[in-house]
Amino acid sequence: MTVLRKIVPYPLLSLLILALWLALNNSIGPGQMLLGAVVAVLVTRLTAQFWTDRPKLVRPLLAIRLFLVVIIDILVANWKVAYRVVGPLDRLRADFVDIPLDIRDPFVATILGGIVSLTPGTVSVDIDRDRWTLKVHGLDIDDRDEMVRRIKARYEAPLREILSC
Amino acid sequence: MLSFAIAAATVMFGIAIALNLYRLARGPSRADRILALDTLAINSIALVMLRGIATESAVYFDAALVIAMMGFVGTAALCKFILSGDVIE
Amino acid sequence: MVEFGISLLVLLGAAFALLGSVGLARLPDIFTRLHGPTKATTLGVGALVTASMLHSLSSGGGLSLRELGITLFLFITAPVSAHMIAKAAAKSDK
Repeated sequence: MTVLRKIVPYPLLSLLILALWLALNNSIGPGQMLLGAVVAVLVTRLTAQFWTDRPKLVRPLLAIRLFLVVIIDILVANWKVAYRVVGPLDRLRADFVDIPLDIRDPFVATILGGIVSLTPGTVSVDIDRDRWTLKVHGLDIDDRDEMVRRIKARYEAPLREILSC
Repeated sequence: MLSFAIAAATVMFGIAIALNLYRLARGPSRADRILALDTLAINSIALVMLRGIATESAVYFDAALVIAMMGFVGTAALCKFILSGDVIE
Repeated sequence: MVEFGISLLVLLGAAFALLGSVGLARLPDIFTRLHGPTKATTLGVGALVTASMLHSLSSGGGLSLRELGITLFLFITAPVSAHMIAKAAAKSDK
């Protein structure tokens, strides 16, 4: 186990790169497998400096659940945004909202920012790493507190559980 | 039916690209223009993929991937330029 | 039947991409304009890529997963570029 750990220091990342390599080459022949494995291990080792304090994935099943929730929300987001875009513009209540974060990890905060950007009516504008707030721009805000609560409960809480931070 | 859908989709992407060009020319801020260029890149990816479906050829895929990467790198470089006044510090 | 599904996906993708671009041209300021392209256009291309995969599957080309690479790439980069553009816009406002 420890020997394997030495050869493949970042197993999940390596697996992802291997999967992407096979998908891009569109083949699962033994040759491509070998080449992809070599690339996957080499790339993770060469970029190891960038991955110093990465959080640990502790709840993989919850991660899949969050992934599905985000996919569904993206589909819903598009109907909502489409509806707002063609509708009357003077009824839009667009504004900035500061979301206080419980996350204290820049990497996880970035993931949250990405999720927020892809889901209903919100785009993340700035992550304040001194006060730990996420500045979000909403396209049409009904209720600020409700929106903050929703983002915290729906995305932030599961993210913190998944990556234990 | 598929060829009709592809023709209709091509027209729609054409209109979308025209709208992007309008925003690119109109501005008013530099960020607007970057956003217009970024969207233009994504719409061109879609057009290239559409050609790929129409001709049943796989070669268009690589072109789409190159546009996707160049579009992102270009956006990142332009934003970096506005943020720090320099692309490479 | 499959052809109908592919046609529907192609049209849906085009419609979303068009809506995103309409938003880009029509909405009043830079921050609201960000919403259209980051969501609608990305999903539009996603739908088109799915159509392309289905098409190569149904026309005997076998399952082609390489298109998923583009979708993955776009879904990762779209929020990042939106974030960078928003930061640039916030800076040039001042």
